[in-house]
Amino acid sequence: MTAPALARLRWNERAAGVTDSTRWLGTIMLAPAVVYIALVVAVPFLMAIGYSFSSVTIGTSTPRFVGLENFKDALEDPAFLKSLGNTAIFSLVSQTLVIVLASILAIALQRKFRGKWLVRLLILLPWVAPISLGSIGWLWIFDPVYSVINWTLRHVGIFGPDTWPIWLGQPNLAMASIIGVHVWRTLPLATIISLGGLSSIPQDIHDAAEVDGAGFFRHLFVITLPLVLPILLVAVLFGLVFSITDMIVVYVLTRGGPFDSTQVLASLAFFKSIDGGDLSGGAAVALFLLPVLAVCAVLLLRIARRAEVV
Amino acid sequence: MATVETRALRKEFTGHTTAVDGVDLVINEGEFLVLLGPSGCGKTTLLRMIAGLETQTSGDILIGGRVVNELPPRARKIAMVFQSYALYPHLSVASNIAFPLKAQGAPRNSIAGEVERAAKMFGIERLLQRKPRQLSGGERQRVALARAMVRHPDVFLLDEPLSNLDAKLRNLARDELKQFQRRLGTTTIYVTHDQVEAMGLGDRIAVMSGGKVRQLGPPQDVYDEPADTFVAGFLGSPPMNLVHVDGVLVGFRPEQLLPPSAVSGDGSGPTVPMRFAVERVEHLGAGRLLYGTLPDLAPNDKIIVSLAYTVHSTIEAGHAYDFRVHQSNLKFFDPESGLRVPARPLPARRSA
Amino acid sequence: MADPKKVAGGVINFGVIAAFAAFAAFPFAWMLITMFKQTRDLLDPSHNPFIYHAPPTLEHLRVLFQDTLFMNWVANTLLVGVAVVLITLLLAVPAGYSLARLTGPAGEKLGIGIFLTYLVPPTILFIPLSRLVATLGLQDSLWALVLVYPSFTVPFCTWLLMGFFKVIPKDVEEAAMIDGHSRFGAFVRVILPMSVAGLLTTVIFSFTLVMQEFVYGLTFITTSKHLTISVGVPTFLVRGDVYFWGSLMGACFLASVPIAILYNLFVDRFIAGFTVGAVKG
Repeated sequence: MTAPALARLRWNERAAGVTDSTRWLGTIMLAPAVVYIALVVAVPFLMAIGYSFSSVTIGTSTPRFVGLENFKDALEDPAFLKSLGNTAIFSLVSQTLVIVLASILAIALQRKFRGKWLVRLLILLPWVAPISLGSIGWLWIFDPVYSVINWTLRHVGIFGPDTWPIWLGQPNLAMASIIGVHVWRTLPLATIISLGGLSSIPQDIHDAAEVDGAGFFRHLFVITLPLVLPILLVAVLFGLVFSITDMIVVYVLTRGGPFDSTQVLASLAFFKSIDGGDLSGGAAVALFLLPVLAVCAVLLLRIARRAEVV
Repeated sequence: MATVETRALRKEFTGHTTAVDGVDLVINEGEFLVLLGPSGCGKTTLLRMIAGLETQTSGDILIGGRVVNELPPRARKIAMVFQSYALYPHLSVASNIAFPLKAQGAPRNSIAGEVERAAKMFGIERLLQRKPRQLSGGERQRVALARAMVRHPDVFLLDEPLSNLDAKLRNLARDELKQFQRRLGTTTIYVTHDQVEAMGLGDRIAVMSGGKVRQLGPPQDVYDEPADTFVAGFLGSPPMNLVHVDGVLVGFRPEQLLPPSAVSGDGSGPTVPMRFAVERVEHLGAGRLLYGTLPDLAPNDKIIVSLAYTVHSTIEAGHAYDFRVHQSNLKFFDPESGLRVPARPLPARRSA
Repeated sequence: MADPKKVAGGVINFGVIAAFAAFAAFPFAWMLITMFKQTRDLLDPSHNPFIYHAPPTLEHLRVLFQDTLFMNWVANTLLVGVAVVLITLLLAVPAGYSLARLTGPAGEKLGIGIFLTYLVPPTILFIPLSRLVATLGLQDSLWALVLVYPSFTVPFCTWLLMGFFKVIPKDVEEAAMIDGHSRFGAFVRVILPMSVAGLLTTVIFSFTLVMQEFVYGLTFITTSKHLTISVGVPTFLVRGDVYFWGSLMGACFLASVPIAILYNLFVDRFIAGFTVGAVKG
């Protein structure tokens, strides 16, 4: 550049402004999200707590403060206790299955093979498909008359010609079905995340184990699985949160029946509020989810920290 | 007009680590100043403060006589080459080089010409349409340099730009860098931990440790007259030998203790005899390294002697030899503070 | 030279993968078969459900597209999806960057706090939110959903984007600042172009979350014409006790598979963003 051109080159010499400052810029860029979350999550959350301590129905305009009455009522309600138990059972059983299956599957998927893209697509379907639509699919599969499962098992000879399990109509079977659908839905994410975790184990470690003479099972159980476990647990915690807070699968498949045998806290809260009009009772029931979620959150963060995820 | 000055510059990070502890520097216009020191000594933090990427805890920075404390990096008329080169991966080489010009509103029709000129200066015209990931390390470095000089800054800041290059490439790159700086005459501040680079490139070297400048001066001065044991040990490879004699540390460089036939007696001053017991000999091609001790003076301190290939004396491990060193090459240091103290006579040969 | 152990291992491996894929995809395969089966074939319990005893038909699909509100629901879902994705990007992208670069250790904690709001279930919030929606006069309106859906997309995407931004080397930003931009300028002109993959992942992920949402959709929207797919299909494709299985399965399949294909393209990035966090510090 000639001298005059050089002079024309602005050095952008205006003094430091807001767009330079680390402190102010950070706050400004963060503010919209924080404000929004405060308004749309924090405030309603506090309102829900307020409801649980008052007596509010769909018709009331002025809530009365009633202290812990809603919570006491809940604890004395057999439907509530069953829901509490179900929530625990569904979540723990389904996620235990997920841990075991995801580990196996992640190891199987690690090998190179053709068509991996297709396999991954198939495996992702349960997770990506809208929950209600997947559940409807299962509703059809579990249909009392036309269930393809029943037909197949009868046809293959495992069931006798008169064996006609009503998957969603018999309490134990219904519970098993819900658990099955939860596993179906959360297994994909857990597997894919574990696969990521598996791939991140440096090859050196596997080589060292080989040189040190580890056989297949020792290598698997003492080296590979413990190294994948932290990441797998993070995925499972997501699955746990889904399982604990889910009301969609229950709503679509059984509406909580038969006789509340598949009712969970989330669905009970929903039905109490919408069908029963008892907003306070519903809120109280829903709030019981909180301690469990808080524990999950703490665990999630602790394990994630060790797995270097968060 | 671009001198750079720091006055009582301090940087404390939260958690009370002081990275830069009161540095006063004046860097002259057109000078190539090297900040040399081990990792953690504060040299990079110092450089980043001058760039405006870190804010100092206290102290002033002046560029071209103006206090720039409040100015953001873009306003300081500087350019920087990062250790990783920091090329914009999504832009072509040409766009990378043009980026500073665009950012500062250069007239559009002049940009292409400037990019060509910069690319020519570093011999990378044929690479202009490539993306960074398609380039070798040496090529990336040149792109980084081209990008830095394209808008004629007042000061160049370089943060270990050669450390990511192949060892073989480094010498060549060093040569080109110095020539290029000489040609442009831009004030340059260069950070490195490699003392060979520092000696080869710097007009002056600032040796840093623990956030402070231990010594500032032309390379040969810093090498010949170190201000303390840290500087003495940091420059030179192998480092200066330091032996304990009668409550004082005596230092001499490995190439300065020699067989009598090799010590020049041409008026460089008197020589002092030292008996050297050789434990091991390394043949390095260009010379030999002898590992051993001085049994009479400091039998417990290991020393290394470096013999160039021009020294033909036969040396064998397990034998002791009468070597000599010039009196003027002996430097004395206080063992507690490490600081240089005046020369004194060595004790006479101890009785066996 | 086939090592029998390896061959056996390979076969078992294949078996495991095949079983898993079958388990995962079976409901969708089943939807696919069902939606083309004629009703009299479908509803005959003596028929082998895997075979078409009568020729496949497009009747269910015709009914779905012409006689039901399905297309309305698709339009509604797309509208809400696009709006929510835009809002999410607008809020989460700057927030994610701020947490990744500008806010230090306090920011880490705040980031975790934001992420935790993702875990608050809709069954706790849906009642107060429906009050809020009614107060704003948005009941039965899709805008209620547009207002409320970012409450779960923004926390998660902020966290995801924080991970993406952290991986970008700091010195590229610093080079841009030295080259003449302010920090914000460096963000817009260098960081964002480099983060296109991360941004796309956020878009796809948000859209998927929107498509899946059920509780708010069920609570806030009452007119069937205003429903989204996720709520409309399970609740309105049923006349009394009769389920129109053919059309129902058609709707489920069509609403699930395309988005899964899209998701599959980006899941690697998603996992990378998921796991990146403190690995790069």
